Amino acid sequence: MTEPIVRHYGPKAYSDHPPFNYPDYRSTVLRAPTKDMVKIVQTLSETTGPGPAWTELSEEDADLTTNAGTGGTALGQRIIVTGMVLDEAGDPVPNTLIEIWQANASGRYAHWRDEEHPAPLDPNFLGAGQCITGEDGTYRFTTVVPGPYPWPNHRNAWRPSHIHFSLMGPALGARLVTQMYFEGDPLLGLDPIYNSAPEHSRERMVASYDHDVTEENWATGYRWDIVIRGPLATPTDPEED
Amino acid sequence: MGRLGETPSQTLGPFFSIGLSGEGENVLVSDGVAGDRIRLVGKVLDGEGQPVGDALIEVWQANSKGRYRHPDDTRDELALDRAFSGFGRAATEFETGEYWFETIKPGPVPDPEGEMQAPHLNLILQARGTLNPLFTRVYFPDEEEANQADLIMRMVPKDRRNSLVAEPEGGDPPTYRFDIRLQGEGETVFLDV
Repeated sequence: MTEPIVRHYGPKAYSDHPPFNYPDYRSTVLRAPTKDMVKIVQTLSETTGPGPAWTELSEEDADLTTNAGTGGTALGQRIIVTGMVLDEAGDPVPNTLIEIWQANASGRYAHWRDEEHPAPLDPNFLGAGQCITGEDGTYRFTTVVPGPYPWPNHRNAWRPSHIHFSLMGPALGARLVTQMYFEGDPLLGLDPIYNSAPEHSRERMVASYDHDVTEENWATGYRWDIVIRGPLATPTDPEED
Repeated sequence: MGRLGETPSQTLGPFFSIGLSGEGENVLVSDGVAGDRIRLVGKVLDGEGQPVGDALIEVWQANSKGRYRHPDDTRDELALDRAFSGFGRAATEFETGEYWFETIKPGPVPDPEGEMQAPHLNLILQARGTLNPLFTRVYFPDEEEANQADLIMRMVPKDRRNSLVAEPEGGDPPTYRFDIRLQGEGETVFLDV
């Protein structure tokens, strides 16, 4: 019987992540588990995941300004968002499925429940895109800057401009869903979701303007690298033991 | 060598279905799939017992032979099934917090000590108001002996193990109920993986 490869991941760095219960973000109060997570040993169930087998994406899926399929182009400031997915050792992580979703340039989601903010929908903008990281760990999207929008968390609450990112890497245990924010946004310090991340790590969610990413006469550009959990070391081949 | 710090996790918010819940992703099976078909149903409840109508549940499981579709699962003697990827997604229904999957019962997967784990599904739950993904497992009520011997199950405090075992509801294909309680009485066990 062949032995499968079970990679060893270090413990999840909970100190880099938000707490489960963060009362300033009111929705956490009744939804955060009250009991400690049960620490388990990693088995093939945790060290594998659906990322590497993902297929069926095309270039068009990564261009949110045109992928509504209407033949028209989304309104708003066109940007390129690119970067690398790295593991904790600094190694690029290829074959990672990245799925993003966001509000349109006016701050409205194309979602039936986003009906309280009287901002216009854009028929040429769905607000979702996908890509898979290349061999060098890079990803690249074309989209528009999402608008900030009000939400009912507290009086006169506004979410800063952000793009939701979902990463499905090589292992289930490395699953990451996060949000990308924009450098210099004055709403960042007022946002309990952004502030739920510890002070030392929250700036890791902020993309930087990068003139090298811009394309002349076409789009400005932002760079944002993402770090997910990675194996501590390559396991030895059991047949050599 | 210094290691890089992880990018912090954030909630997926109430509008994730724009990006994450494709149509039909809660049906993992297609024609010709090998194995015993099952239906997994359940609801997600908050600390007041109210339904959580904006949760995303992802399932990852081995095929009927116990093999994962992943390059690290090198056990070529256990055939992959072209009709089965092992991954699915379901968004809970807005009013009721209910979700369902159509899938197959997975075969057993080895643990690092070389013993077989009890058949199980791996779930990740995320919702508006969860700032980190919540990992749990679904075990089967008709596998009592295997469940008792299971390495992971034995790491769970005895009085909480029941929260990881689905309830049989009969039917054809057999239906199993797995309600997820985020807080309070019967709080589901979540795993630090």
